[in-house]
Amino acid sequence: MVTPDAVWLALSEIQDPELPIAITDLGLVRSVDIDADVIRVRLIPTFVGCPALDLIREEVSRRLMALPAVRGVDVQYTFDEPWSLHRMTETGRAKLVAHGVSVPRVRLAEGATCPFCGSTDVVLESPFGPTLCRAVYYCRTCRNPVERFKPPADAALIVPNR
Amino acid sequence: MTNLWTAPDAPMLLSDAASRTAVRALLLAMADDELVLGHRHSEWTGFAPDIESDVAMSSIAQEEIGHARVFYDQIAALDGTSADRLAFGRTPETFCNAVLTERPNGDWAFSIVRAWLYDHADAERLQAVAASAFGPFAALAKTLLREEKYHLLFSDAWLERLARGGDEASGRVQRALDAAWPDALGLFESTPDTTHLSAVGALAATPDEQQGRWESRVRPRLDALGLRPPVGAAPMRGGRYGRHLPDLGMLLMEMTSVWRSDPEARW
Repeated sequence: MVTPDAVWLALSEIQDPELPIAITDLGLVRSVDIDADVIRVRLIPTFVGCPALDLIREEVSRRLMALPAVRGVDVQYTFDEPWSLHRMTETGRAKLVAHGVSVPRVRLAEGATCPFCGSTDVVLESPFGPTLCRAVYYCRTCRNPVERFKPPADAALIVPNR
Repeated sequence: MTNLWTAPDAPMLLSDAASRTAVRALLLAMADDELVLGHRHSEWTGFAPDIESDVAMSSIAQEEIGHARVFYDQIAALDGTSADRLAFGRTPETFCNAVLTERPNGDWAFSIVRAWLYDHADAERLQAVAASAFGPFAALAKTLLREEKYHLLFSDAWLERLARGGDEASGRVQRALDAAWPDALGLFESTPDTTHLSAVGALAATPDEQQGRWESRVRPRLDALGLRPPVGAAPMRGGRYGRHLPDLGMLLMEMTSVWRSDPEARW
């Protein structure tokens, strides 16, 4: 018999292909349902155009099928809830900062903090970075380029001190 | 992707063939717009004026193509085919994109003006779907709207930079606006059965209403930047019904060449 704990543990061991954190810390897993040893997982994409979506879904299917007693797995993305930063865990945030990626509390328009020196004299260079979920900033204090996690834009998007 | 037609909150209307056909036509127009414009944007990769714009244009291209894919997935679920086959396996006269999206890039000013006019129109269209009675499609539109905001941020910043950038830049941006405006009006050409869509609440604003809202967004901004849309321009229609420029045929030849070399290949 498959238990929810076993499924969530397996999911927590899957890394996001573009960020050094687990998909559970990123908040991609919306729901897990188990019915007669068939697992149904619903994922939320951060960005719909993210090229890693297929890779993540396939990895989730593969890992869950490998659990003992599993008879079937149904993994799909859902738009029932748009992804937001509220879904990221504190562990996820801490790991991203340790990796040198600044993380806003709620939205990109907040002032940024440099993950290297802690300065708040950090300015936006471009809202588009190496992946769809990262923007590029510059720290005027330690003079390092800084990457910042970019959530999909909520409400009125105002970007400060361009 | 989740099959939205059979989602638990999908309205009963989607089980009616006429509604399905009308929603399919709308999704196909949206998908083809995003795919074709996404491809045009991607042609700037490696050639944009600075590295930030290069990365931005490439990211926007990736997002537009990603959005096209979600729409194609839904059509494919209905037709029993695949998103790849819809994107790469069709002839130009079956594409429903507006002509604006297929125009060659021209100079940077044209690409920025086109992106800006399109992004505003796309926002109005997505809002009309987001406010619709078609639960799962409305949820999808809300999700996409949040991503599109960043596209507008980029194209608007560039539009301002060019409009205020001296005679050569503002001259180029005005000429680009003269050329793109009639094509942009063509974005609001109705898809087949639009009346049905509005009647059943699948679209909270008709294309005409979307155009009105779009004009009330873009005209004041253009005015503030000293840019003048051409007066009395006739909309460039036909794209939604497969009437395209030879440019689309050339774009598709290039875009689909790898897929056509082996349509059964697994990637």
